[in-house]
Amino acid sequence: MNTMTLDAAGQAEPVQPKAVEQDTVGTQTKVRETVGKPFCDSAKLRMRNVNVFYGEAQAIHDVSLDIGRNEVVAMIGPSGCGKSTFLRCLNRMNDTIEGCRVEGELSLDDEPIYGAKVDVVPLRARVGMVFQKPNPFPKSIYDNVAYGPKIHGIASRRAELDEIVENSLRRAGLWNEVKDRLDKPGTGLSGGQQQRLCIARAIAVSPEVILMDEPCSALDPIATARIEELIDELRENYTIAIVTHSMQQAARVSQRTAYFHLGHLVEVNDTETVFTNPQHELTEAYITGRFG
Amino acid sequence: MQTPTLFALLLLLILVAYGTGFSRAVAAARTSGGLRKLASLPSYYGLHTALWCGLPALLLLGTWLAFDDAIIRALVMNGIADKPDTIAGQNLLYAQVQNLAAGHLFGEASPQVQAAAARFTELRNGSRNLQAALSLILAIGLGAFTVLRFSPQLRAREKVEKVLRGVLIACACAAIFTTVGILLSVLFESLRFFQAVPITEFLFGLHWSPQMALRADQVGSSGAFGAVPLFTGTLMVSAIAMFVAVPVGLMSAIYLAEYASKRVRTFAKPVIEILAGVPTVVYGFFAALTVAPFIRDLATSMGLQASSESALAAGLVMGIMIIPFVSSLSDDVINAVPQSLRDGALGLGSTKSETVRKVVIPAALPGIVGGVLLAVSRAIGETMIVVMAAGLAANLTTNPLESVTTVTVQIVTLLVGDQEFDSPKTLAAFALGLMLFLSTLVLNFIALHVVKKYREQYD
Ligand SMILES: Nc1ncnc2c1ncn2[C@@H]1O[C@H](COP(=O)(O)OP(=O)(O)OP(=O)(O)O)[C@@H](O)[C@H]1O
Ligand SMILES: [Mg+2]
Repeated sequence: MNTMTLDAAGQAEPVQPKAVEQDTVGTQTKVRETVGKPFCDSAKLRMRNVNVFYGEAQAIHDVSLDIGRNEVVAMIGPSGCGKSTFLRCLNRMNDTIEGCRVEGELSLDDEPIYGAKVDVVPLRARVGMVFQKPNPFPKSIYDNVAYGPKIHGIASRRAELDEIVENSLRRAGLWNEVKDRLDKPGTGLSGGQQQRLCIARAIAVSPEVILMDEPCSALDPIATARIEELIDELRENYTIAIVTHSMQQAARVSQRTAYFHLGHLVEVNDTETVFTNPQHELTEAYITGRFG
Repeated sequence: MQTPTLFALLLLLILVAYGTGFSRAVAAARTSGGLRKLASLPSYYGLHTALWCGLPALLLLGTWLAFDDAIIRALVMNGIADKPDTIAGQNLLYAQVQNLAAGHLFGEASPQVQAAAARFTELRNGSRNLQAALSLILAIGLGAFTVLRFSPQLRAREKVEKVLRGVLIACACAAIFTTVGILLSVLFESLRFFQAVPITEFLFGLHWSPQMALRADQVGSSGAFGAVPLFTGTLMVSAIAMFVAVPVGLMSAIYLAEYASKRVRTFAKPVIEILAGVPTVVYGFFAALTVAPFIRDLATSMGLQASSESALAAGLVMGIMIIPFVSSLSDDVINAVPQSLRDGALGLGSTKSETVRKVVIPAALPGIVGGVLLAVSRAIGETMIVVMAAGLAANLTTNPLESVTTVTVQIVTLLVGDQEFDSPKTLAAFALGLMLFLSTLVLNFIALHVVKKYREQYD
């Protein structure tokens, strides 16, 4: 696990502010090519030349990226740069937004994600998602977690279901807090508990890929540590893409880090490289906290 | 002085008071250095003065107008030596006096009436003058007093807002008192009815034929006031209506909210809501002239006995009428379910219909139930369609092909035409009204409660 921190990175590589200001002006011309290592050999998810439009406005510009098997890729970047939009392409959640259009080649295990013949239902069962805002169903805690296994017929007997529910809640670090009130509504939990409930709900269907959109933004440090531990644990079997605003978190949990800027993928590199020796001025400026 | 003139004068005084208060405040602000030195904005000082000038005077005037007629009448009638014993006779005599005073009386009036008329005119003029004088003095006095008492430290805004709050409370109370008033009057009339007909007979009697004898020796003179056939009739028609309206309304709401494209929605929603704007009498003759004969022919062709007016016809058409209620209320609550819940379900790999069935509808259910209950109370209260399509016969039956009658229809038939207002026949209408009022009240209460619960969940 990478334990590099932002401060260490920032002090290690002081940068001239002057150079950055010139570059931010020239972003549109400079960010044609993604620098670093956007591709890998054993790709689970493969994205090529992805463009996303909301009506007329383009939110993602020509992004190419691989996410490898058993790899955690962190996505960082200033607010509004398109991280969530990009993440939502991977399990076609953008389909629910009217006027949203995705172009490019995206594939999961070399099978296309977009296309007239593709059924989104099994796709989304394979590519699970934890949303930016906790969104528990207005059902009991138990039913929230059991929802996915039930609709996919994963558990046929009650005992199996009980086991899945308990297991998922334990891994999300919520079991001890809720084991005595599984029949109480999930909406009655605190914000942080709700988010962990949503994580438990997502892992209960055992997806192959888990997309996490700022899963820890509402969590306290202890719960955050628990989730980060979970991510580490999940990596043995799953592929994970995580959006985060905490660079410490990106540094702690991910193998590679992707830096987005105004809809462009500026740099992808091994996490350690990104935080100690960023190759693009924009990345450098962002991680040293000078803008964004 | 005539009352309208007085009102106009008071209005003028109020405007003057506003202007004076306003300019006093502006002047004070100018001398003491800016509006910020005042405790409130100048318009509040204006309003404050205007309220003090106008409100007490208007209240006095209102009370006066409410009571002066009664007092004058009492005084005039006391002055008449030999007056008739009956109330009707006294009313007649007083009307004569008033007419004479207004100069409308033709023919000879007795000296007694003439004296009374003179006294009436004198009292009325005195009353009007006194009322004008008192209210003007009050308005000018209090207005001037407020202007004199003006100081920049006066917290005019707080005082004005207190009065405004009082006005708002009074308006809210008016609505409540009206409801309570209606309830009480219906209640008292019903109690009179229950003196004539025992309440147990009304509630549990199986036979309804509300005739009263004109002569004591008439054959079949006693009416029967057992309301059970009406209750079952109402229940059956409403049940049939809900049987149509709930599934159709709910499904169209689900289609509109979840499946329809934006273009279809902007077109279809108003069209469905037009259904709610069709007058019920139009539905009524549609039911009576088209649906009821159709049902009768259909039943006959299947070898069933059907009357030409049936509960089924009324219920079906009423159901169609209620569809927009159910659908637009459900549509609103379904739309209020946050998109994030749908995303959550879809993100776990649910199909669209699983998302709707297992997440969206359960989340919206309390609101939908509230809407359906409101629709039920609408169905129970609906009259016109049932009058035209269900018939008037108070049959105690569970066969929807027979004609039935409902509580509302009987209220109408009991009260149309010339009626005495103290026979059990007319009073029965109040008892029925009371039952109707109570049941819809309970339904609305439950519905609002449920809807409120639902709101709390997402706010
Ligand atoms: N539903 C939508 N309709 C139109 N434009 C949208 C929509 N969602 C996002 N956008 C636009 O797309 C761009 C990228 O948004 P996105 O939500 O992906 O940013 P983000 O990087 O996730 O930001 P944050 O860190 O604040 O979550 C923004 O400019 C945003 O305004
Ligand atoms: Mg986001």
